[in-house]
Amino acid sequence: MAALITPLGRKTLGLLRVLGHHATFFADLVRNMPSVVRRPYLAVAQVHAIGNLSLLIIVASGLAVGFVLALQMYYALSRYGAAESLGLVVNLSLVRELGPVVSALLFAGRAGTSLTAEIGLMKAGEQLAAMDMMAIDPRSRVLAPRFIGGIVSMPILAIMFSAIGILGAYVVAVLLIGVDAGNFWSIMQSGVDVWRDVGNGIVKSIVFGVICTFVALYQGYETQATPEGVAHATTKTVVISSLAILAMDFVLTALMFSTT
Amino acid sequence: MTRADPFVEIDHVIFGYDASRTILNDVSLSFERGRVTAILGGSGCGKTTLLRLIGGVFPATSGQVRIEGEVVDATNREQLFRLRRRLGMLFQFGALFTDLSVFENVAFPLREHTDLDETMIRDIVLMKLNAVGLRGAAPLAISEVSGGMARRVALARAIALDPELIMYDEPFAGLDPISMGVAANLIRTLNDSTGATSLVVSHDVQECFTICDYAYLMSSQGRVVAHGRPEELSASEDPEVRQFIRGEPDGPVRFHYPARPLAEDFGIRA
Repeated sequence: MAALITPLGRKTLGLLRVLGHHATFFADLVRNMPSVVRRPYLAVAQVHAIGNLSLLIIVASGLAVGFVLALQMYYALSRYGAAESLGLVVNLSLVRELGPVVSALLFAGRAGTSLTAEIGLMKAGEQLAAMDMMAIDPRSRVLAPRFIGGIVSMPILAIMFSAIGILGAYVVAVLLIGVDAGNFWSIMQSGVDVWRDVGNGIVKSIVFGVICTFVALYQGYETQATPEGVAHATTKTVVISSLAILAMDFVLTALMFSTT
Repeated sequence: MTRADPFVEIDHVIFGYDASRTILNDVSLSFERGRVTAILGGSGCGKTTLLRLIGGVFPATSGQVRIEGEVVDATNREQLFRLRRRLGMLFQFGALFTDLSVFENVAFPLREHTDLDETMIRDIVLMKLNAVGLRGAAPLAISEVSGGMARRVALARAIALDPELIMYDEPFAGLDPISMGVAANLIRTLNDSTGATSLVVSHDVQECFTICDYAYLMSSQGRVVAHGRPEELSASEDPEVRQFIRGEPDGPVRFHYPARPLAEDFGIRA
């Protein structure tokens, strides 16, 4: 019996230790966020590095998703004579789900890996240790501005993804297929609730921003300071962030839209 | 081993990164104020670990590290940061911030710890860079400076706030003979001109002996095997001291890592 319980207890303790470590790290990040008020330029630089430099992939992907979504929805809706609802369906799909989720997945791949590699290499090059020895807390100077930069950038990127996606859908539906432009925009205007649909989409993207940036920073900060360690950490960033985004999306969708 | 007016004291310290391997085994040393003290020893004998214990990066398993009589408590970050503001450390590979220029690297601790205006920061940074002979390199990116220059930039950064204790981790490793001589002279000159206490961790006996006032020799078992002034250590008849100072491949410190008998590994019968 003891042979069964001992490994189970050891694994449980190990899991609790890992969870505790994550929770402590998260609390440290939150605790150090106010320090950025003293040096706002650090967070602004991170919004540029994380957000601005992710624009290309977000815009390109949003456009492609808008194109495909309009085509697929037109084929499906026209079969039931409901092609005039195309604008509404595309908009709701984008602002409620695809915008926040796809942009977060792209964010994890583009900005998350970049953050992990940057922090991991700073650790390998003893830059974080040097900062610590200078009595400068790297969590305050390096991690907190990046955490804020990620949280600020993510919803902006998700909004841009949705906006570009809607424009892409307009191009395909109205300009190529010939759906009535007035109908496309008016049904969207009447069927979409700014707070309930757009607002919840933004809340989702903020939560995803917290998840992606936290995972990326944690993996970078806790990485083994070797080339293999950094490579492993960047891979883990993408895998863990993606799974966490998908799981959290389900939870948030259930909470936000369960009454419709 | 206590000497007059020690700035740093290491008192019967035992330390290991994990329970299975002891790195420092009941080590006691003291570093006198205003002097250059060298800690010599082969790779892996715990020299760098000793610097990390002084800086409070890790807590000692047992024993105490004291700076001016104050016990370093690695779990008390407030105390650590207060103590670390009085220390400067030169890392083995410089640990310069690669996203900042030479100037900004040296300005970094000044910007973080002081409210000096830009003109004052500029003057201090250029003075520190001038002290290490790199005033002209201020606008360069870190990727544009050589290994030896990077070490000097890191030294300028380490002394930016005029620390009372400067710790050098392998300052001569990987340097060409000219850069090595320059680095050694700088350590001595800076120590004498600023009145700081300097602690040099190295395995380069000759270079250390030319600049240090006192030296400790550590064994691979993490113990202090000898200490004294350079001339005393040079004259020592202790076999381990002689082997290290003369760079003999075999002696009390074995050339071969412990292994099974050669005949057994190669399947040779007696």
